[in-house]
Amino acid sequence: MLKSNIPAGPLDKKWEDYKGHVKLVNPANKRNLEVIIIGTGLAGASAAAALGELGYKVKAFCFQDSPRRAHSIAAQGGINAAKNYQNDGDSIFRLFYDTVKGGDYRSREANVHRLAEVSANIIDQCVAQGVPFAREYGGLLSNRSFGGTQVQRTFYAAGQTGQQLLIGAYQALERQVALGNVEMYTRHEMLDVVVIDGKARGIIARNLITGQLERHFGHAVLLCSGGYGNVFYLSTNAMGSNVTAAWKAHKKGAYFGNPCFTQIHPTCIPVTGDHQSKLTLMSESLRNDGRIWVPKQKNDPRKPNEIPEEERDYYLERRYPAFGNLVPRDVASRAAKERCDAGFGVGSSKQAVYLDYASAIERYGKIECRKHSIDNPSAEEIRKHGVDVVKEKYGNLFDMYNKITGEDPYTTPMRIYPAVHYTMGGLWVDYELMTTVPGLYALGEANFSDHGANRLGASALMQGLADGYFVIPYTIGNYLSGEIRTAAIATSHPAFEAAEKAVADRISQLKHIDGKQSPESFHKRLGKIMWDKCGMARNEAGLKEAIQEIKALKEEFWRDVRVTGDIDEFNPELDKAGRVADFIELGELMCMDALQRRESCGGHFREEMQTEDGEARRDDDHFSFVAAWEFTGEGNWELHKEPLEFEVVHPSQRSYK
Amino acid sequence: MEHYTMNLTLKVWRQKNKKDRGGFETYSVSDISSEMSFLEMFDVLNERLVTEGKDPISFDHDCREGICGMCSMYINGRPHGPWEGTTTCQLHMRAFKDGDTIVVEPWRANAFPVIKDLVVDRSAFDRIIQAGGYISVNTGNAVDANSIPVEKDKADTAFASAACIGCGACVAACKNASALLFVSAKVSHLALLPQGGPERKTRVTAMVAQMDKEGFGSCTATGACEAVCPKEISISNIARLNAEYGVSGLSSDK
Repeated sequence: MLKSNIPAGPLDKKWEDYKGHVKLVNPANKRNLEVIIIGTGLAGASAAAALGELGYKVKAFCFQDSPRRAHSIAAQGGINAAKNYQNDGDSIFRLFYDTVKGGDYRSREANVHRLAEVSANIIDQCVAQGVPFAREYGGLLSNRSFGGTQVQRTFYAAGQTGQQLLIGAYQALERQVALGNVEMYTRHEMLDVVVIDGKARGIIARNLITGQLERHFGHAVLLCSGGYGNVFYLSTNAMGSNVTAAWKAHKKGAYFGNPCFTQIHPTCIPVTGDHQSKLTLMSESLRNDGRIWVPKQKNDPRKPNEIPEEERDYYLERRYPAFGNLVPRDVASRAAKERCDAGFGVGSSKQAVYLDYASAIERYGKIECRKHSIDNPSAEEIRKHGVDVVKEKYGNLFDMYNKITGEDPYTTPMRIYPAVHYTMGGLWVDYELMTTVPGLYALGEANFSDHGANRLGASALMQGLADGYFVIPYTIGNYLSGEIRTAAIATSHPAFEAAEKAVADRISQLKHIDGKQSPESFHKRLGKIMWDKCGMARNEAGLKEAIQEIKALKEEFWRDVRVTGDIDEFNPELDKAGRVADFIELGELMCMDALQRRESCGGHFREEMQTEDGEARRDDDHFSFVAAWEFTGEGNWELHKEPLEFEVVHPSQRSYK
Repeated sequence: MEHYTMNLTLKVWRQKNKKDRGGFETYSVSDISSEMSFLEMFDVLNERLVTEGKDPISFDHDCREGICGMCSMYINGRPHGPWEGTTTCQLHMRAFKDGDTIVVEPWRANAFPVIKDLVVDRSAFDRIIQAGGYISVNTGNAVDANSIPVEKDKADTAFASAACIGCGACVAACKNASALLFVSAKVSHLALLPQGGPERKTRVTAMVAQMDKEGFGSCTATGACEAVCPKEISISNIARLNAEYGVSGLSSDK
């Protein structure tokens, strides 16, 4: 039986009430309690810093060469907070409501409300750390709008907000390292959770430089290891982002929540060829000012600038007049796919649409000319001033586009297409962020909890930092207060020994298959199956085929993969092989989950379930639940359902028209 | 944009581990598309090496969008290659033409020992941050974010310094292997903001001391660091650090 442990009482009092009654650990006892943290992105670094500050003994692990490189660094657009600095009607309730609605009513009300409540504290904390958010001339913070909302609540630092927030958290983490409260293990990968008497008690990690396996004890283990978008091979994730830590935990008893809920981001640079190793996001903030269109004529051979205004189809503005270019990501992605599938796509692949800045440049240019008291400005003058404004807001993104494509987005509309970006699914956690294994927690993108079936832009950074800075410091005490009598368990304990042996055996098996195909080639093939059959649109027949294909791929992998190099040395091929093996298993579960969910909601679009005008059709009567999958043996899972109850927000068909 | 394919000769530094002497190996690659990124060209080569049963070339990389700071190749005598303001991962093959020979080495600096092939150990940077590259504020202490206004110009300048990705190209480019651009970017970022004020004097001295301890060389102001920085961190940060350092050393009160 799944227990979400949501506190009783009215929604807006739950968290306050919880904090008032939660059990505490006194400072002397904190010094004897050890916490292991996997991953140093926003969730992991903030948790490590906050728990270190509280006095716990923390060990933090990351596979990169420095905690500052975790993939949160690449988040571009911004971070939401219910500050209402713009006086435009924002509030904690609005942020909560937008997030629940944006998630297509598949998230927990209590978790989302808590997220909205702590959102304002995050901005305060980050500013105090020296995060240089964008400011207005009066010296106060600036905001911008993002998809799925009608207020301006997004704080940002040019197009590199994630970088600035992560550096803030990284600095706080390094301060704790300097003080001796956190021990940092870089170039280390977690390869198993050690469970003793039903509780998470440590991990097996591999030193990626020497290849040595290490045992680490902890009274609790926090997984802050990010999402699993790389199961699709091509995604906006970093090359190293992987599901391995979460997957190992899953196989040790942690249920996996809503694995099929993946986010396809509408504005990415399109694929150019088979060599492509990753896709690059163009921040959603670009939809603030950019207009998305395709030619009205199929296979129009003209260059974009040669197509007159009346022959352009601004299809988002046409279909969704209320939100226009700022509809949520799932809606915008499907609309782009619909136009391209119907033959209106642009570029050499015809799998792209235009994101056009011409009118924004003109609009800003005119404003600037007025500001500078330029009477009757020429078109060039307007353009020059407009380009300057756009450069300040989005310069780094435009430069990146230019470097990748060789085209100048200031003069030619960008070509964009949807790409895998984020995974709403993840390890199932209760209100306290604990998985189904006592003492094992999941934070940030690694858990499933706050975004339902679709995440709104600028909410991932918010959730990562909320979990790390403001939620786990309270909830972990409730568990650790019961552990103050548990002395550190020696890592010679048989459970550690057995876990290490299992890890070593698997590595040895991978190394000695000595087949013909590289781990990379298997990853590519898995990605193709997933993108074609469990991507932007899914149907029963396709998912069933995908499951069979993945099973066959798994069998072939374990028969024919080739891992070069040795086990006891720096060996990225071996790291990759292990990760791909886990992705293959996850892929199968994702397809099973997508198959059982016979409704369309958020990022999960079942072709059988759509309205006449092609919008997603949810089925609240049958699917208003969290799918929590229990691993019961290789290739076998049991589905548990956590019913979702809505006390405050009443689910309705989402409409952005 | 016209696309083309090319055949290239690569001379790549191979070094099994820290203790190995290492040396250049030559590889030919063919049919490389001008649309590929530089690292995708390495992917193609590595895929071939794996198929041939050879050890692929190890190199650091992660986000491949120029922000994580992990990639680090010294290409034709220049960190991150020929394009200005560009990381290795954002360098694209249209920077090269058919028949070119490309020499690829790891960062070379005593403070960045080679781990394998093109992969180096940059943990010295983390230790410099540990010495004081932060504002000492515990979680939950903060006042309302808008209670302290910050001049827009100062905030923008602080942001420009904070944009450093810690890749180490500045060190690799410097004939003395000085880390002063990296250190000064962090010192500037925090010194420019009112929140960083209370620790200004101690921060700069502690970070510079740690930099020296790690074995980085001295700055002789050649400007090579600024020229190769993929994030175009300005050398004026070094001037600011010197001023901060001077004030810190000259004043009697802490």
